[in-house]
Amino acid sequence: MQRIGVFVCHCGSNIAATVDVKKVTETALMEPGVVHAEDYQYMCSEAGQAKIAAAIAEKNLTGIVVCSCSPRMHETTFRTCAERAGINPYMVEIANIREHCSWIHKDVEEATKKAVILMRAAVAKVNLNTPLKPGESRVTKRALVIGGGIAGIQTALDIADAGYEVDIVEKTPSIGGRMSQLDKTFPTLDCSACILTPKMVEAAAHDKINIYTYSEVEQVSGFVGDFTVDIRKKARSVDMNKCTGCGLCQEKCPSKKTPSEFNRGLNTRTAIYTPFAQAIPNVPVIDREACIKFKTGKCGLCSKVCAAGAIDYEQKDEIITRKYGAIVVATGFDVIKLDKYDEYAYSQSRDVITSLELERIMNAAGPTKGHLQRLSDGREPKNIVFVQCVGSRCADERGKSYCSKICCMYTAKHAMLIRDKYPDVNVTVFYIDVRTPGKNFDEFYRRAVEEYGVNYIKGQVGKVCPEPDGSLTVYASDLLDNKQLRMSADMVVLAAAIEPSASVRQIATMLTASIDTNNFLTEAHPKLRPVESPTAGVFLSGVCQGPKDIPETVAQAGAAAVKAIGLLAKDKLMTNPCTAKADELMCNGCSQCANVCPYGAISYETRLVMGPGVRENRRVAVVNNALCQGCGACTVTCPSGAMDLQGFSNRQIIAEVDAICR
Amino acid sequence: MKYSYYPGCTLKSKATALDKYARASAAALGIELEEIDEWQCCGGVYPLGSDEIATKLASVRNLAAARDRGQELVTLCSACHHVLKRVNDDMRNVDDIRTRANNYMQLETPYAGETKVLHFLEVLRDVIGFDELKKKVVNPLTGKRIGAYYGCLLLRPGKLMAFDDPENPTIMEDFIRAIGAEPVVYPYRNECCGGYISLKEKERSKYLCLDITGSAKGWGAQMLITACPLCLYNINKAAGDVLPVYYFTELLAEALGVKEAADNE
Repeated sequence: MQRIGVFVCHCGSNIAATVDVKKVTETALMEPGVVHAEDYQYMCSEAGQAKIAAAIAEKNLTGIVVCSCSPRMHETTFRTCAERAGINPYMVEIANIREHCSWIHKDVEEATKKAVILMRAAVAKVNLNTPLKPGESRVTKRALVIGGGIAGIQTALDIADAGYEVDIVEKTPSIGGRMSQLDKTFPTLDCSACILTPKMVEAAAHDKINIYTYSEVEQVSGFVGDFTVDIRKKARSVDMNKCTGCGLCQEKCPSKKTPSEFNRGLNTRTAIYTPFAQAIPNVPVIDREACIKFKTGKCGLCSKVCAAGAIDYEQKDEIITRKYGAIVVATGFDVIKLDKYDEYAYSQSRDVITSLELERIMNAAGPTKGHLQRLSDGREPKNIVFVQCVGSRCADERGKSYCSKICCMYTAKHAMLIRDKYPDVNVTVFYIDVRTPGKNFDEFYRRAVEEYGVNYIKGQVGKVCPEPDGSLTVYASDLLDNKQLRMSADMVVLAAAIEPSASVRQIATMLTASIDTNNFLTEAHPKLRPVESPTAGVFLSGVCQGPKDIPETVAQAGAAAVKAIGLLAKDKLMTNPCTAKADELMCNGCSQCANVCPYGAISYETRLVMGPGVRENRRVAVVNNALCQGCGACTVTCPSGAMDLQGFSNRQIIAEVDAICR
Repeated sequence: MKYSYYPGCTLKSKATALDKYARASAAALGIELEEIDEWQCCGGVYPLGSDEIATKLASVRNLAAARDRGQELVTLCSACHHVLKRVNDDMRNVDDIRTRANNYMQLETPYAGETKVLHFLEVLRDVIGFDELKKKVVNPLTGKRIGAYYGCLLLRPGKLMAFDDPENPTIMEDFIRAIGAEPVVYPYRNECCGGYISLKEKERSKYLCLDITGSAKGWGAQMLITACPLCLYNINKAAGDVLPVYYFTELLAEALGVKEAADNE
């Protein structure tokens, strides 16, 4: 018989305001096996843990139940506390009476009833708990970074500088990401390329960093410390070892009509291309959908002009399988599609552009060589209207509910740069709120208004009408002046909301990492573990976790690197002892469990089985504890009931259900 | 294909053209429009007051009549369509309005929004199909550059009317293509003509109508088409000299070769 202690936490008023904690405590004392019960304001605090330790010593407890928050929050805390007090950590059960009870109910009587039931279930389980001992697993001293933008580059550099091998997988032909498309960066207005390209070069030259561009993660298996990842290296059709990056192939390529992804479709590129001049690696790829050779079999001009003989039309996708101890996701963002916002006439006029397109126009290496001009007729605009929050902070399903966070600052930057370079251009910005928290950010915005004379108007644009004469009529409201405005502009720039890259969903599924309704990756704890995914060994870097600017991204990238380094620095990890186990007396070696095991953890061996009235050589299932993840698929498949999950045995679960139904 | 048909008052007075050409075209396309008996005025404007059901009862009677005939209800006038569709939505989704309306009317079978309300343009798009329509055109309006004028009532509120994308609609442009003409897309096609404000503030409505016609003309339109008698009235009054405006059914009848017969009826 167990000697169980029940500890009911108030969690300040989080639980105690909705659940009668005294009643839960009193009721606990009537449960079988319970010899001690008490409540306390904060059970997770030092004083609370001391109470648990004291009760274990005084009452000689063999198991405990803590009625508190979710086990995801404090199971480890209480297990560690119990272990220090001398009982096996797996003799601790959590009854979640906060997230599962007090937070979601209002009626005290009903909530108390439910809390009592949850407590009973946990007590019933502890009555059947047995001490478990974790095993050990090895740590592969290599990290994978998915995404080669500034977030991925910074994370890789930091991990590599600590002495660990890092692979970067980037799906486009070059690393650099969004930052490589930008012109200047706020709030210091230093040129984006000038601060990014040295980092790109550093990553490429680092002897601990290996970069796979034009590659995608295809499959992930394994677990923290020991992931196995398949990387698809897409056929580049150019031999990376032979190519000298001379660029002659791109000059000669006759297929010139594909919209340039890097320039946001503002101009075109050839079928064989490097996305931009500073690309790393400086080796082009052939876009097989656009290439005449691939479409018709004729052409082959690039191969003819290539002195290095690097063009290889026969190249095939290659799958690389590698082991990693830690994985960092740095998949970044994209700008939302504007097809649902046609009141701004984005699809109707070439002079209505997104801010990212303006970055390309303002960039000296961009399609207009940095000259500010209208895309329709090449004229220099005289009146520019910026519209903020296009799709951000949106109340309906057309856009995003969140603030994209970077738009206020880059719009102020654009407005200031334009007024600086073209002082006779009128710049008007329509905003809902100007949000500029951040070091030197508000000062930056004030400069745009006070020094550069940018006309900020609080109010939203209702409609943009392209006029037959090429101008744009902008209808808007001025909320401070309580006026409806109708103004003529030559160019309208939309601060379109940002959203996580489309590929993140698939990657999250492969990593079993959770994502929220907006497709941002969820952190293990929003405040206390902001760079870790709830999935052990997976870390988050950059906008894949939430909107952020470059300084924040770099800071988070460093933090993710530190977390990954902390993992890689360990030689061994404790494994979860809640693994499957076959009862050899009941197992008849039917193989069904191995068929359903996603981890390949089950094998079979023939051995001497001895039991009451049994003594024979028989084929039985054997579970490899290092591989088993305790998912339980085998236990429900086993036709004879021989397979059981330690710590979650069928008996324990039935006992919980019985207690709930009692 | 048989449908219950709700013409509405204006189609019996000022907007007879909208009605008669629709009937002739429908017949040519194999659609039977059966005018519901003893229909009543829809009210003209969707009543926004949520504490008053009296203003909605007439629409409910029309909707229930179609339900009792076991037919979908086809409309032509934008305003009627708007009112009927929105009242129907109230009867389907707003418990309070449904209960009170039914308590008052004491219909044999209480009405709960069962009728499907279709605009004639939706019948052309979703039932006949513009590709099929194109095949039935005997007199294509080749070379005509036509601006579709949607106004507001057909498109908004977008989710509820579910007629087309309220910011970038295409149904009338597709219709114009089907009858062999060339659509002219102009940004004011989904802007308001002023509606009933023309009775009180003529100048305001005029200002809006001049924006609409000016833009359409600037983009090369030779005429406008509409489904709304009030829009047609306002534009004719304020800006009729800028561009002519017709009911879409008139051009449809012309394309199908039934216009003359309809005129002689």
